[in-house]
Amino acid sequence: MAETLGGLEGIYAIWLREIKVYTREKERIVSSLVNPLLWIFAFGTGLGANVVIPNVPVNYQHYIFPGIMVMAVLFTSVFYGMYVIWDRKLDFLKEVLVAPLSRTNVLLGKMLGGVTDSMIQACVLFAVAYLLGIPLTPYSLAVSLLTMFLIGVCMTSLGLAFGGFLSTIESFQLVINFVVWPVFFFSGALFPLTGLPPWLQLVTYADPLTYAVDAMRGAMFGLNVFPIWLDLAAIALFCIPAIALGSFAFSRMGKI
Amino acid sequence: MIETRELTKKFGPLTAVDGISLEIGEGEIFGLLGPNGAGKTTLISMLITLLPPTSGKATVNGFDVVARKSDVRKSIGVVFQEPSVDDLLTGRENLELHAMLYAMPREIRRKRMDEVLGLVELAGRADDLVKTYSGGMRRRLELARGLMHHPKVLFMDEPTLGLDPQTRKHIWEYILRLAKEENITIMLTTHYLDEADAVCRKVAIIDFGRIAATGTPKRLKHDVGGDIVAIKQKGFDPKCLEGLGFVAKFEAKADGVEITVRDAHKNLQKLLSEIGDIESVEVREASLDDVFFKYTGKKYREEGGEGGWAERVMSSAGR
Repeated sequence: MAETLGGLEGIYAIWLREIKVYTREKERIVSSLVNPLLWIFAFGTGLGANVVIPNVPVNYQHYIFPGIMVMAVLFTSVFYGMYVIWDRKLDFLKEVLVAPLSRTNVLLGKMLGGVTDSMIQACVLFAVAYLLGIPLTPYSLAVSLLTMFLIGVCMTSLGLAFGGFLSTIESFQLVINFVVWPVFFFSGALFPLTGLPPWLQLVTYADPLTYAVDAMRGAMFGLNVFPIWLDLAAIALFCIPAIALGSFAFSRMGKI
Repeated sequence: MIETRELTKKFGPLTAVDGISLEIGEGEIFGLLGPNGAGKTTLISMLITLLPPTSGKATVNGFDVVARKSDVRKSIGVVFQEPSVDDLLTGRENLELHAMLYAMPREIRRKRMDEVLGLVELAGRADDLVKTYSGGMRRRLELARGLMHHPKVLFMDEPTLGLDPQTRKHIWEYILRLAKEENITIMLTTHYLDEADAVCRKVAIIDFGRIAATGTPKRLKHDVGGDIVAIKQKGFDPKCLEGLGFVAKFEAKADGVEITVRDAHKNLQKLLSEIGDIESVEVREASLDDVFFKYTGKKYREEGGEGGWAERVMSSAGR
């Protein structure tokens, strides 16, 4: 029992550290918001002025908003996880690795820290959504938050796994180009899932982000393709291997 | 307190630590000396459970470093070679997190924090962000943190690397005081042989992953075989040293010779009269540098590591 409590406190300690560091690095919060805002205002407004999606009663800017929110979580989460590469270069992480705390707990603490970062960022974006006149109800807020939490768990774990396995800062670019962007573009964040060529449909179905976008679009505009509960269940399912992978990456970490 | 038997670590074809056997008693300050890449950090990494040995055994505080990782971790404090305090946290916050990670009883945390902060004289700056600290202050904070949870054994990898001489002197003073006041066993590595000589009760010289020599600094220096007489002389002729029983060995230099002489204070007169006219003479006791040379055949240079850790703090500030 004492062991478990100690473990929980360790997770809390790591989480607390992440939150303190995050809230003190104002530049990071601000810069993490620039990208989504560009998508919403430049891309959303520009393309939205010329494009109308058939059978969709909302304007394009509103239509892509859930997708952009999820994208923001995706980027923040994966980047956060990959910071571990940097931490390992220096000795910041070793202090934690020699503490009497299981590697799984280290991962959980880090992961929850990253998810909290994403959530703080999401709350700012909700304010933007409100200003744009996107219908926010307690229901749509609750579903959106839950969705982003789950995607945050999944993507932070994945990012931490990359951070654990890869060892050079240069691999950042690799992951961004081969994982992060594809996951975003194949998610239906920018287009509807209906009427796609079969190959593209197949790829979108294998993308956890698809279900997140679908759930949030459903909660905000009633435009979901799958039932929302199924979307959430699908993301939760993706979380399991992601956490397992992250945990495995952390368990073999410690090489100096 | 620390015991290793035939401890070995291989990275592919490279053997970083090659069958090292050591025994370090309670309360001892033990220094691992050697050039970069000799295997010191790898050895410590195995002892602090960050790296599994390829073969051999090691125990710390009686616990096996592979089978009883968690117990080992509870018994030890570590001061890493590279900076590991968070600059975006205050000194006190760094210690608080440490106390939480080690699940220290809540009631003693505050008291212990004040105690270690006082010990390293950081109490006045405890609530400032670490990024405003100097290199020496960071190092002292790391020392304080390593001691927070009352470790039985403290590992320190290059605790003074990259610091200015003044700060180095202070850090060593703290270390000596700590060892005494807290009765902990300390294993450290250092580049600075003179400092190791002053601080460590026992040292081991490591080269190519093996122990070249081990013992008290005094013993090792004695084994060099005498004092060092450095003579500057144009056209030094080795023949004049023939038949002098007190000359243990000599090494010709560009501008003279370095001679290892038994009981130099007694034999200097005779030596100089044999050599003849000289430009200058300097007599010094054998140092650990000479010991190092004797066992490794290499001159000891105080290389700067892979770049001082302080510089790396600076370059990491943009993190």
